[in-house]
Formats: sequence, C-alpha cells, structure tokens
Amino acid sequence: MQREPITGIRSRSFALPGENIDTDQIIPARFLTTTERGALAEACFHDWRFDEAGNPTTHPLNTVETATHAVLVAGDNFGCGSSREHAPWALRDFGVRAVITTRAGDIFKANAANNGLVVAEIDAEAHAALLERAGEEVIVSLADMSVTSGNVRADFTLEPFARTCLMEGHDALGFLLAREDAITRFEQARAA
Amino acid sequence: MESASPSEPRTLFDKLWDSHIVMPESPEAPAMLYVDLHLVHEVTSPQAFAMLDERGLKVRAPQRTFATLDHSTPTTPRRKGERPAYISPAARAQVERLEDNCARHRIPLAGWGSSDRGIVHVMGPELGLTQPGMTIVCGDSHTSTHGAFGALAFGIGTTEVAHVLATQTVLQRKPKTLKVQVDGRLPYGVGAKDLILAIIAKLGAGGAAGHVIEYCGPAIEALSMEGRMTVCNMSIEAGARAGLIAPDEVTFAWLTGRDHAPKGAAFEAARLKWKRLRTDKGARFDREVRLDASRLAPMVTWGASPHMAAPVDASVPRPKNPDDVKALAWMGFAPGEMLMGEAVHTVFVGSCTNARLSDLREAAFIMAGRHVKPGVRMLVVPGSERVRKAAEAEGLDAIFRTAGAEWREPGCSMCIAMNGDSGRPGELVVSTSNRNFAGRQGPGVRTVLASPATAAAAAVAGAITDPRKMMEMCGAA
Repeated sequence: MQREPITGIRSRSFALPGENIDTDQIIPARFLTTTERGALAEACFHDWRFDEAGNPTTHPLNTVETATHAVLVAGDNFGCGSSREHAPWALRDFGVRAVITTRAGDIFKANAANNGLVVAEIDAEAHAALLERAGEEVIVSLADMSVTSGNVRADFTLEPFARTCLMEGHDALGFLLAREDAITRFEQARAA
Repeated sequence: MESASPSEPRTLFDKLWDSHIVMPESPEAPAMLYVDLHLVHEVTSPQAFAMLDERGLKVRAPQRTFATLDHSTPTTPRRKGERPAYISPAARAQVERLEDNCARHRIPLAGWGSSDRGIVHVMGPELGLTQPGMTIVCGDSHTSTHGAFGALAFGIGTTEVAHVLATQTVLQRKPKTLKVQVDGRLPYGVGAKDLILAIIAKLGAGGAAGHVIEYCGPAIEALSMEGRMTVCNMSIEAGARAGLIAPDEVTFAWLTGRDHAPKGAAFEAARLKWKRLRTDKGARFDREVRLDASRLAPMVTWGASPHMAAPVDASVPRPKNPDDVKALAWMGFAPGEMLMGEAVHTVFVGSCTNARLSDLREAAFIMAGRHVKPGVRMLVVPGSERVRKAAEAEGLDAIFRTAGAEWREPGCSMCIAMNGDSGRPGELVVSTSNRNFAGRQGPGVRTVLASPATAAAAAVAGAITDPRKMMEMCGAA
C-alpha cells in the first residue's frame, strides 16, 4: 500500500538525553490493550507526562509543540526492550517524525521504518552537539543520509530497503507478496 | 553478502540462517527468511490481522501458526464456569478479537478452557512446537527463549506479524555473531537467572545489539532445558537479536514424547539432523566474551535496566554515568549501602523467564516450612496450565498457600502488568521476570530482578536477602 513518501524532515528539535529509554517508557504496557491504530498520542511517554492522579507533570515533554518540533534527539540505545510496535505508533501520534540517536534498539528500528518514522543513528560527537542545540532547526535528509543543524553535520546510514520504502512510500508487504513464487518454490523444495 | 560455502566451518547461527533463505540478501533488500513456527498472542496481533483484512489476504500457513492468550488475561482464580474478570472492556475485546481472528483463519488457539494455554514462550517448548533447527518468530521480544533449543527465534513488530501471516517470511539483514563462553560450574545456590544477569551486566543493555548470541561452554551444557530457556529468554536485555544454545541430549530428552514433536522413527531421523546443529570447529564469531561461572553469586538488580545488576551480597555500586545516578534516585538506593536488607513490599514469581516447574520448585524449596513476612504480598503465577497442573500434583501450590502466598492462574501477570496484576506506587517488588524498567510493574513501582530462590527468600525475610542461607538450613534439616 502507498504511504506518503518521505525525502527529508525539516523541523525544530527537542531532547530526551537519557540513555536506554525503553519502549515501556515510550508507551506503558497498560495502553497496549488497543486493537486499533492511532489515538496513542496521550499514551506516549504517559508516565513521564502525567502523575498517578492523571495530572500533567512538569516534564518538558508537556511543553513540546511537535507541530514545530518534530525531531527527537534521544540518548543511546533508544527504543530498547519490548517489540511493541505501539512505540513508533505512539511517537508518530504524538507528532514525532524523526529520532536522532547514537544507537537505537534493533526491533524498534525495524518497526519505525515500517511506520514512516525516520531513525538516524549518528556519531557521539555530533549527537552531543545536537543535544546542545535542542530547540534549533534540524534537517534530516534521506536523499544524502545526513543530519544538519547550524554548522553541525553528521552522516548516517539507513538500511537501503527501509530507505527506499520511506522515500517511495512503499511498504514491505507488497515486496514480499510479489515474491510468492519464490516462497512456494522454497516450500516445495523442502517437502521434496 | 554471500553466505559461506558449505565446506567452510560455520557457526550454528550460520547453519540456521542458510537453511531458511527464500531469497538471499542483496545491497538493495534484506534476505527473505522462511518462518517455520509463528507464535501469536492477543496484544501484538489485532492490527496485523487488520492489515490482512484491508488487502483481502489469507493466512498462508495456519498450520505453522499457533496462538495463545497470556498478556491481557486475568490470573485471579475462578470457580468452574465463572467468567474471567478482565481489567477493562478493552482487554476483553482484545482477547475476543484474537479468538475471532483464529477462528476465521483456522489458526490453532490455546484459549480459555484449553489445557495447553500458557505464556507463549512457556507453551511452545512445552508442547514440542519449538524444535531444533527451526526459525521461530512472535510479536514479542522474549521469543529469544526458544533459542535454547537451537532454533533461530526472535521478536518482531506487528507489521512483521502481518508479513509472516500473509507470506510465512520475514525480511532480515544477517546479524553478527557473538559467542558467550561460560567456563566452570555454577556454585551451589546460583542458577541460570543469576548467570544471565551477570552476562547482561557484563555486556550492557545495548552491548549485543545487532548480534545473535551463542552461549557455549561447560556451564551452559550443564544447564537443564528450563535453565537454558531462562538464559536465552533475556538475550534481548543485552540488545541481542536472538540467543542460541546448541541442541544436545538434554534437548532431545526434553522433546521426547512432547505432543508436537516427531515420534518413533521420525524422532530418530530428526535427532540425527539435530545433532548436526553445532558450531563447526574453526568457525569464526564476530565477537567473543568469556565468563567464569564458578565465581558467580546470586544476582539482583539495583537500577532501572537489567544490566544494572550486582551480587546480592554486594553494596550498591558507585554511579558511573548520569543514567546510573538517575536509576539510583529512582530506586532510592545510595551508593555503598548494602543491597541486602532493603525492605520489600511485593514478590512476584512468574513470567516467561521463570515460571516453569523447576522455577516453582526452586521457590517452593525456600518457602516450605516458612512464611511470607507479614505485610509482604507474594504472587506465584505458573507459566502455563500444564505447569499449574504439574505443580499442584506435587503439592507446590499447597506449600505456597500455606506460606501465605497467592497461587494464581497462568499468564504474564506482573511481568508486564497490563492485566491488572501490578505493584502499588512506591513499592519495591522483587520479581523473577525480565525487566526492571521504571514503572514496568505499575506506575511508581520499583523492580528488583532476581532468581526464584532469591525472590522467595525476599518474601520470607521481607527484605532483599541471600537465598543461600535459607538453602543451607533446608539442607541441614
């Protein structure tokens, strides 16, 4: 199915510098009973943003305007932990369009790519500079796989297939379905 | 990347990878890997089935798919005929959605009333669905558990669940390999959970990212199947894509007679094939790490990530970075103070890490003749209906009940705390589960990960304590 192609993101950033921000932080498990897509904005970082009575906390996430600040600069090993795809769903619903980190969890990265959320893994030095520049404009380019903000520039690599899917708005299921013959051949060869 | 030719020495992982390639990887696209077994549960599947429905697609291989109910299901004991007391209408709707999806697509479901139902990673191995040489996926990161059988098993997201439902394949770049060699022998009173916590502490929370771990060495070979599952289960907590242990006689003995395992001559034929699932001499790993099992002690975590673990008789370590500082503030622990003696409010024995029969025996061994400290709550949640029945048959439930613990119905329960089983804000929970992430067991709840023995000892003492002391007393009696 066709999605909106993404060639790049130009937006201001906000920062969550802590390391090992796991998917339980991104969306606590008690919000996983949904059977639908969408409507997870409120659940995104819920327990950071709301206290036990449901009142907003003083966490900076409560003042982030993702309409203008859609790039999240996050600490190392972002999205570690559970395989819940609800994590990138919640980030997208919250308004995040790109995550810049030094390293992201493997499953999270795959899930992000399947949901039009760009994950750019960059070197520690440029990452530190971007954390310093939180709130400034960042350009994440998929075309030349670079992140630029002021005079900070860093390259990242994106798995080529995920990059093509993002840039052309394709999804992977179509790719797999188009190779059904190969699947059938594999099954037949094994049964023989 | 070309795979090694068959004559070159290969790792166990290479063998599993090579034998499941439908389309090899290219610079443009990852490999298409065939999936032998797809395990499904209610939480990560509804949107995947919806993706199939949107396109009018069918499930390609329902016979390679097996579903259960575990995450959203209540564990409160019920009288015969009584309906499950769900935490919310949404939880009920999620379970009913899976029941409906399985019926529509003819997928076998170990649902309510099935004596096969259990936590997905307890159930698969128990039924003999999990077998050496397979590729196994599930919308669940602890799918790494099944690697204990020499199967390539990993967690996937919901979109990928749809891919597997529709095509029985998954797109993957070939990961790197990491050998974790564990020499020596685990000392008395130190088990598989302590070992894996020590391994994660050494590797770090993201230390094995992009890698498949193979656990090797005499300490690994000496583990029971249950112990091997505990080790492989937590591979993901070091960021690994999967964990593997080469199958051997222990594995084959476990599989013998299991419902879905081959029988008779077919089993013997399978065993010959399975025996070849070993890393060849001279095969190269991308990385290697070594540990000496004989130097380990019971482990507990002191922070908000599984790698923040230390021997139970150690003091709280000095923070090495801002995250350690934050974790200690969250836990309310001060560097230099002893971990032993920290007051405990709730104890949870359960989860896909530690809710098998041997785990319950380990906890019951401590609880027998003792009592849960007044004011402490202890939940014992068997991993499956079969574990529950076997435990009840040998009287473990009576030991727990007599000791003042709650004996529950099978499910994920307080490990993920989405079914209503959770701690209360501010509580310290000693848990045999796999994640001590902030608030994982309920908002404001602090988690200490430990073995079943250490958890049981904490319930008795009402504080973090060294289980070996209570074992000695039992041994002397």
